[in-house]
Amino acid sequence: MLKEKKQQSLHKRNSELAIANKQLEKLSNGIFANGELPTFFEKIKETNQFPLRPNKLEILQINLGYMCNQVCEHCHVDAGPDRKEIMTRKTMLQCLEVIKNTGAHTLDLTGGAPEMNPNFRWFVEEASKAGIKDFIVRSNLTIIRANKKYYDLPQFFKKHNVHVVSSMPHWTRGKTDKQRGKGVFDLSIKALQELNAVGYGMPDSALRLDLVYNPSGAFLPGNQASMEKDFKKALLEDFGIQFHNLFAITNLPISRFLDYLIASENYEDYMYSLVEAYNPAAVKNVMCRNTISISWDGFLYDCDFNQMLELKVASKIQHVSEYNEAVLNDRNIIISQHCYGCTAGAGSSCQGVVA
Amino acid sequence: MTSKTYYDPADLKKFGKISEWSEELGDKFFEYYGKVFEEGALSEREKSLIALAVAHTEMCPYCIDAYSKDGLERGITKEEMMEAVHVGAAIKSGATLVHGVMMMNKVNKLEM
Repeated sequence: MLKEKKQQSLHKRNSELAIANKQLEKLSNGIFANGELPTFFEKIKETNQFPLRPNKLEILQINLGYMCNQVCEHCHVDAGPDRKEIMTRKTMLQCLEVIKNTGAHTLDLTGGAPEMNPNFRWFVEEASKAGIKDFIVRSNLTIIRANKKYYDLPQFFKKHNVHVVSSMPHWTRGKTDKQRGKGVFDLSIKALQELNAVGYGMPDSALRLDLVYNPSGAFLPGNQASMEKDFKKALLEDFGIQFHNLFAITNLPISRFLDYLIASENYEDYMYSLVEAYNPAAVKNVMCRNTISISWDGFLYDCDFNQMLELKVASKIQHVSEYNEAVLNDRNIIISQHCYGCTAGAGSSCQGVVA
Repeated sequence: MTSKTYYDPADLKKFGKISEWSEELGDKFFEYYGKVFEEGALSEREKSLIALAVAHTEMCPYCIDAYSKDGLERGITKEEMMEAVHVGAAIKSGATLVHGVMMMNKVNKLEM
């Protein structure tokens, strides 16, 4: 297993912040309760954007479980090897029914490391039969080199025309390992080279390989296009690696990143930065407006972040077993101060900037 | 005024308020400032490193705070930042030392 400073999830450490309500309390008290900063509700109300309502559903994001081979310091899922919550085959069958009938054009599998779910390959094979236009798997890269049983994942992804989206916080070893654990950089480079070898990420290839950049600390991501240019140059020159797009994603102040912000005494300054960078244009395209997030146990959420805060959709339909897209689309999106993370600057979503 | 020091980190957030007492000049300054840092013949990244070096030679705590963070946001590495600071330090110390020529000239002129 990859070594890291804090090798256990907040759950395993019995941290107070493993409890969703405690995180929500933290996000509502202090600078937001004493009027120093406006709440997200107050902010979007200023520009007549409350209540937030869904647009057409485009993305179905399914979290196959919180188990992961890494314990990244910024992880909003609080994922790790000690998390045992993974989707059962029964829930997967319910998800497959939804996938066959959804109007969404994108299926997005995430985790933890979704590949660690023992039914992952079966699920991908079945889901790919539905002929959905864009089939994403969010792979942490190191899983491909974690164990022999995963070595053939690049070929498996290729066979099912999966769009691979992988995290890569920096093109240097130091910054990457600091955020994601010792040894992650070298394994990630090896995995990217293997993905390139089967055709992923090559300039004219239909096999899509995109990278996700999260800042490795209490600061916001810079310009996505400039970062992409720097990443492409460095990875090509240093390792001969190619990829298609870079998505710059802001770290949301929840779970382990919130824990880090508080412990490093950066919480208030970070919230100030998010509020100062608030961009009403980003609210228009924020991802909860075109996404439904399904948790490992089949419950429905406005986004993966609300899932981790246990804020189920405000609808009479709350579980995949009773899924009804039309009913679900007629709902108000649940918000709290963490939402500032998706509306800062050029905005942030699982697909990168939105404004 | 409760602060016991001249510099307060919270004042950096209030920089924009400079315009409140002289709107026209303040607005012109911030427009100019924004324009200077736009991508031009130099990239925004290069300008950020120049700003960081100058922040140090000017010994401006607000600027060091702002451009250390700006560098991180742009993916600039610690090594690049420190090299930029050394460039500033080299020019600063060189500027001191080159004045030694003035001293030499003066001494040479006065001494028999």
